[in-house]
Amino acid sequence: MSKLNSKIPDGPLADKWTKHKAALKLVNPANKSKLDIIVIGTGLGGSSSASSLGELGYNVKVFSYQDSPRRAHSVAAQGGINAAKNYKNDNDSVYRLFYDMIKGGDFRAREANVYRAAEVSNLVIDHYTALGVPFARDYGGTIDNRSFGGVQVSRTFYAKGQTGQQCLVGAYSALTRQIKAGTVTMYPLRELMDIVVVDGKARGIITRNMLTGEVERHSAHAVVLATGGYGTIYYLSTLALNSNASAAWKAHRKGALFANPSFVQIHPTSIPVLNSYQSKLTLMSESLRNDGRVWVPKQQKDPRKPNDIPEEERDYYLERRYPAFGNLVPRDVASRAAKERCDAGFGVGSTGLSVYLDFRDAIKKKGKKAIENSYGNLFDMYEKISGESPYETPMRIYPAGHYTMGGLWVDYNLMTTVPGLYAVGESNFSDHGANRLGASSLMQCSGDGYFILPYTITDYLADDIRTPRIQTNLPEFEKAEKEAKDRINKLLSINGKETATSFHKRLGKIMWDYCGMVRNEEGLKKALVLIKELEDEFWKNLKVTGTNEELNQELEKAGRVADFFELGKLLCLDALNRKESCGAHFREESQTDTGEAKRNDDHYSYVAAWEYKGEGQEPELHKEELRFEFVKLQERSYK
Amino acid sequence: MNIKLKIWRQPNAKSKGRFETYPLNDVSSDMSFLEMLDYLNNNLIKDGKEPVAFEHDCREGICGSCGMYISGRPHGPQHKTTTCELHMREFKDGDTITVEPWRAASFPVIKDLIVDRSAFDKIMQAGGFITINAGAAQDANAILVPKKNADEAFDSATCIGCGACVAACKNTSAMLFIAAKVTHLALFPQGKIEAEQRVKSMVAKMDELGFGGCTNTRACEAECPKGISISNIAKLNREFFVAKLKE
Ligand SMILES: Cc1cc2nc3c(=O)[nH]c(=O)nc-3n(C[C@H](O)[C@H](O)[C@H](O)COP(=O)(O)OP(=O)(O)OC[C@H]3O[C@@H](n4cnc5c(N)ncnc54)[C@H](O)[C@@H]3O)c2cc1C
Ligand code: SF4
Ligand code: FES
Repeated sequence: MSKLNSKIPDGPLADKWTKHKAALKLVNPANKSKLDIIVIGTGLGGSSSASSLGELGYNVKVFSYQDSPRRAHSVAAQGGINAAKNYKNDNDSVYRLFYDMIKGGDFRAREANVYRAAEVSNLVIDHYTALGVPFARDYGGTIDNRSFGGVQVSRTFYAKGQTGQQCLVGAYSALTRQIKAGTVTMYPLRELMDIVVVDGKARGIITRNMLTGEVERHSAHAVVLATGGYGTIYYLSTLALNSNASAAWKAHRKGALFANPSFVQIHPTSIPVLNSYQSKLTLMSESLRNDGRVWVPKQQKDPRKPNDIPEEERDYYLERRYPAFGNLVPRDVASRAAKERCDAGFGVGSTGLSVYLDFRDAIKKKGKKAIENSYGNLFDMYEKISGESPYETPMRIYPAGHYTMGGLWVDYNLMTTVPGLYAVGESNFSDHGANRLGASSLMQCSGDGYFILPYTITDYLADDIRTPRIQTNLPEFEKAEKEAKDRINKLLSINGKETATSFHKRLGKIMWDYCGMVRNEEGLKKALVLIKELEDEFWKNLKVTGTNEELNQELEKAGRVADFFELGKLLCLDALNRKESCGAHFREESQTDTGEAKRNDDHYSYVAAWEYKGEGQEPELHKEELRFEFVKLQERSYK
Repeated sequence: MNIKLKIWRQPNAKSKGRFETYPLNDVSSDMSFLEMLDYLNNNLIKDGKEPVAFEHDCREGICGSCGMYISGRPHGPQHKTTTCELHMREFKDGDTITVEPWRAASFPVIKDLIVDRSAFDKIMQAGGFITINAGAAQDANAILVPKKNADEAFDSATCIGCGACVAACKNTSAMLFIAAKVTHLALFPQGKIEAEQRVKSMVAKMDELGFGGCTNTRACEAECPKGISISNIAKLNREFFVAKLKE
């Protein structure tokens, strides 16, 4: 079990981080510029890490597959970013934010990490505001907050429905300033191909230049992954299309343990599938459930238009099942309830795979203007995609893969099990347990990068001040480069008939059917077989057009899909191992009489961290027991 | 529906490009424009041909990746809509649709519909930021900003850096892009401090990178998918003259 030392400091919860920081080593300014740090990713996690490390004087190199840092997937976040400012005087506090996250995560996250995320949240808001992020304001000029994700306080900072874009442009501007200052060098349009480990430490990366196909070596004293989540494993998801798991997966293969891979959040309100070429499921913000009522007809396959169905023939199933929280139940609960109705034949739309989100009553009560003020941009977006106006006819929605709580295992310093390899933001596993509460990811990504990593990585680098620049002609670099090239050639030489996208769709369907909202032993075992078969077929029948030595989007996709097969198997294994339901992970075998998730704290109160054991080998499970010293474990109830 | 596509094909920056025509049948009106291109590409690959390269990522109108000229207009016929948000129900059976990359000297073509927009990043590096290090900020509410200013700043800040304004402009000016940033930051007290330097540096960088000047044709405003108003340019001009006067 020596592999998993979480390094959580002892002492009272509120003092842990302060005490820990005081014990971390420092590096003097003159030495910092001699130390190289690689950051992969420019979302909120990566941009914040890179700019703050640059500000400290380190020599930073940043990589992303987009052409500009400002286009990273964080740009798409809509609803908001949390902080414990208590600006609304509604008795919010760091403790309350911490508690909501621990409970929301269904008691499967580490107390110390979550508390720290809440603790630094206020600094994040101060920094973004200073950078010019245009958060919504009140008439007196102070910042406004709203409630989000079914919590009882208003702690969410927002910029209309584009909080992610506004925060990312702020973070990008700070990064840009460091690029100009010369502390940060940006390498856009680079795909990470491998992590290079020298003498047990992460010392560099191999990338593919996506314009020229050149396979490049880059070295550093430490490497930071900020490569986001892997929700695109379902093919259709709310994520940006190019989001992928490859960076985290390469790290995993190089020794970084992967924690709770099966903890995936399925968001209840996305626009459903409308055509067979659909490439993306567009999220409709959670905030809509503040005013919209979710329902399906009481009659199966009711052919009538929604507005022709009288009140008594509608089943407002969330209000019926969860009278206390109604339409505002957490995401996992709302998603499963929608699936249950559709599976039972009550779903609407041509596929029967959607439910209504109806604003009729809210418009009647508050007026169209008020609804337009709150949701106008979302209604427009919906209309552009579906061709229907939510002012006139109910929206149709269905759950979609959205966020991955699982990720690379990290200790309290955000370091993976590979020394010198760090993971921040959505790519790590640490703060959201088995279910993430709305608006807490942007907060975590930014907190990690601005106010945690700069301190903890400095502690690590303090022992490296005498290590000269790492040379890229070391045999480890040579070997990793060769492997990357071999793999590219392998993908190009299969010369089969089926595209990477087609394989991705088929994999996505397996994952969605057997390792999505609801899982059971039989299905997961079946999925493992199906994925293996599909993977074998992929390596025999893949078609990639073009060559390596050019911009080749088919080649990029193929490499990512190949990694998704391996990760997909790990997701199923993890889900199979965890014979309890918790948060977003719902095992049919573990439910209450009324069909709610049933946790098993005696047996599963741990982080499942998987170790890669080689091609075709079963991964090894390591358990990090979760100790709850400060909160009492409870059953989540929303009835 | 059945449509005909005339698409700009150019293997790389060095080669000369040309239009290729592709008939495409059974297009669903529920497809987005990019899904229609996915569908075309799938057919091309099946026929052993090179798929059309185009940039995209979020596919929900916010990352700014998906710029292209569609039948003579940046991002196509629908007002305030990015290419990825555009749906095929905006077109009719039998339509011929021309698709080409942004045309601007400062945005050279990389491949097919993909252009190099790194000039925008360089302009941002010239001054599109407020100088503050992590950890140095005071409490967020210590900076009061009138709601009106904050709302206006937000409107300017909705720019997604797509480059349609440059592509739409006969002078290929980047003025709307810069003006949006200058205006956004100058509306905040903390952004005012560097305002003069910012506007001068960003405009100088734009000139240096070969973008044209603004002659007020308003084509940028008409084609901007985020509805960035040309009044931002008036504000930029004011900032710019004030800054120059003080020199
Ligand atoms: C539609 C939507 C709405 C959301 N709304 C909210 C919200 O309101 N509030 C909230 O808190 N959270 C929200 N989330 C979640 C949140 O947006 C993400 O969890 C968060 O932005 C992730 O940030 P990140 O920095 O970890 O990674 P990302 O922003 O995903 O960035 C990943 C970076 O890594 C790079 N990268 C990845 N792989 C490679 C590779 N192989 N090679 C090179 N580079 C690579 C990419 O180029 C990119 O720069 C939302 C998510 C979605 C999908
Ligand atoms: S101003 Fe408008 S058109 Fe120009 S880059 Fe910004 S969003 Fe695109
Ligand atoms: S793909 Fe992101 S704006 Fe179109």
